Amino acid sequence: MTNAAASILEQLAAKFPSETSELKAERGQQWGYVAKGAVKKVLTYLKNDCDFNILMDLTCVDYLHWEEKAERFEVVYNIYSMSRNERIILRAKVAEDDAVVESAASIWPGANWFEREVWDMFGVRFTGHPNLKRLIMYEEFQGHALRKDYPYSKRQPLIGPKN
Amino acid sequence: MGKPLPSDYKVTESRSMLLNIGPSHPAMHGVIRIVAELDGETVTSIDTEIGYLHRAFEKSCEQGHYNVALPYSDRLNYVSPLISNIGYCMSVEKLLDIETTDRCKYIRVIMSEISRVTDHLTCVGASSMELGAFTVFLYMIKAREWFWEIVEMVTGARLTISYARVGGLKADLPDGFKEKTLTAIAETRKVLKEVEGLLNTNRIFYDRMKDTGVISKEDALAYGVTGPFLRSTGVDLDARRYAPYLVYDRLDFDIPVGEHGDNLDRYYVRMEEMQQSMRIIEQALRDMPAGDVAVDLAGHPAREVAIEADKMVDEAKIGHTRGFQQSVVTADPTLEGSSGAAHKNVYSTNKLVALPKKEDTYGNIEGLMNHFKLVMHGHGIRPPKGEAYVPLEGANGELGFFVVSDGSDKPYRVRVRPPCFTIMSALHKILVGDQVADIIPSFGSVNMIAGELDR
Amino acid sequence: MGQVTAPQGTAPMTGVNVDKLDFMTTTLDAAIGWSRKFSIFQYPFITACCGMEYMATACSHYDVDRFGAGFPRFSPRQADVLFVVGTISHKMAPVLKEVYDQMCDPKWVVAFGVCTCTGGFYDNYATVQGIDTIIPVDIYIPGCPPRPENVLDGLMKLQDKIQKQGLRAEHD
Repeated sequence: MTNAAASILEQLAAKFPSETSELKAERGQQWGYVAKGAVKKVLTYLKNDCDFNILMDLTCVDYLHWEEKAERFEVVYNIYSMSRNERIILRAKVAEDDAVVESAASIWPGANWFEREVWDMFGVRFTGHPNLKRLIMYEEFQGHALRKDYPYSKRQPLIGPKN
Repeated sequence: MGKPLPSDYKVTESRSMLLNIGPSHPAMHGVIRIVAELDGETVTSIDTEIGYLHRAFEKSCEQGHYNVALPYSDRLNYVSPLISNIGYCMSVEKLLDIETTDRCKYIRVIMSEISRVTDHLTCVGASSMELGAFTVFLYMIKAREWFWEIVEMVTGARLTISYARVGGLKADLPDGFKEKTLTAIAETRKVLKEVEGLLNTNRIFYDRMKDTGVISKEDALAYGVTGPFLRSTGVDLDARRYAPYLVYDRLDFDIPVGEHGDNLDRYYVRMEEMQQSMRIIEQALRDMPAGDVAVDLAGHPAREVAIEADKMVDEAKIGHTRGFQQSVVTADPTLEGSSGAAHKNVYSTNKLVALPKKEDTYGNIEGLMNHFKLVMHGHGIRPPKGEAYVPLEGANGELGFFVVSDGSDKPYRVRVRPPCFTIMSALHKILVGDQVADIIPSFGSVNMIAGELDR
Repeated sequence: MGQVTAPQGTAPMTGVNVDKLDFMTTTLDAAIGWSRKFSIFQYPFITACCGMEYMATACSHYDVDRFGAGFPRFSPRQADVLFVVGTISHKMAPVLKEVYDQMCDPKWVVAFGVCTCTGGFYDNYATVQGIDTIIPVDIYIPGCPPRPENVLDGLMKLQDKIQKQGLRAEHD
């Protein structure tokens, strides 16, 4: 739901014309792409100037076999503004060989655990993160479980037989 | 007897103690490990370790077709499974751009609110038991059993129900649902009144819950906390209001909001939310559009024939299918709500998504082909390429399923935004500064469900 | 010689004149088995959804206390039956083994729920495919989650097992 003033899509297009792209409203939500290097800049603008105060979700999608996607990963930020009752879902394309993004933990402390989970499950690193270690899997686990090339049933037991 | 200490003895070193709580611990909320650093009785820092119930929900959803994800979604928040079921189906329906029938929406609201009541009953009951109020636990579980009996009447199972389907629901409501639900609500109101009498002015309960586990409004918003936890700090945020879905915009209910952000406020918020949920259920039962009981035979009433479901299948297998389209199938009483007439009430008519009713599957070739196309490998529900996210109000906060489709019959990525994940990431803000004994009520009021946290 | 009278309203034991009864004889095995089976101190190792059905079984509607098993002991040192309730992931498996090792003999293990019996439908990288790969199990209660009636049936089978074992309670 957008309010009478400019929607966030228009504001972002005006302020960051080169760093954002494909800003559109579709299926009831507002979506957009942001360049990987400008993530922190854009998110800080959203939090401080546009009052997008709640980071609802931070996740990643692995587009390994999609031909039209040049970069393998996309980090997805789902941010909500209480005062404007608006939500925007921003995505940053991250290539496999350079899977590093700036951390949003200094902007929203809640991003800390979300980024740890993305590191654990996908292997995307976040610079500036205070404590980037595995969150859900155990430290001895090799590999990143939610990647498309990790087999579904490949178990790495700590104790017990390997079956 | 040892030598007495010299009179000029001074403390030269003091160290804090590390207390490891969990992962297997008496608090009945789930597996989690909290390493608390204590200075005497005060908690100076905590380190939380999760992941002990990671069951690969997100990867499991990618293995089968769209309806296969439903049993997995039941086991996310296993005390309010219907909300997760419905949330997943709503996201996929958004991708497919289909609308469910009005009656289906009302039933989804009723079942969501029943789930919310059972969640709060379990949360308040279990955390009261940990504080020593064992009677409250027994009363709450007794009330929960009544609701589970209703859920069993409708869905067939008490806890892991897989009731929603993409495009609708598994079956319509059985007869006698309305009376039984209203009775259960009346009895639960009595139980809640008894519990309030036991706890609200109880000196021990009040002292243990007041001003413990305090989180400020700013911290809660900074960590992304939503749900009763956020509302106890004074922020009025509920997905049923800011992003109304299903029929919540037509129903009249209040959102309880606390003041201090402590455990006592969370207890009050949850108790009041149960009352409001029961109010929603009563309104929805009253306003729900009546189901079409009579089958529309398109002008062939003279040939209306009642046929039992198992006989129909036997006849169809040997090829005697003439007259099926005009017949009325009587289903076994245990399958009440799944017959053809009821099917139309709660299932979308979109052929790409909804299984046809059995009279069509066995009665004519179009129904059979439709069924085949929806069920066989490689066919099935195929949403267009894209993503969808629908926010819902889960029992712990905003629950949403971010579904990515690549055009095939399997979901490409299903991400669940877990409401208690953000609350758990803020746990150090809640527990630090309080005493060790306050960990129990604070952690209890977080209502951490490990199935949802670790997925 | 004291007189033992049957309490009012109870049927007399067939073939035995209760009024003349001073003492009963039985084997030590049977007596110990009888006393052990009706005083089960459980350690509920609860992880997941089955915990909700465990709560339901333990509470007033289905009531496991009437079987003598209603008192959970939250320390493995004080418990004799380990109820493993809910999915065990590979991260949790070492913890389960440690809790099992800390229990004193005689001890029994109940695998509650299909995730503990065989892994359930979680045939993935994170789940242990049945806890009998790690610790020996006495009773398997399948179900996802098992109904409280299933649980009580499993408990009664456990009681039969305990009764039969008597003094020879050991694991092979």
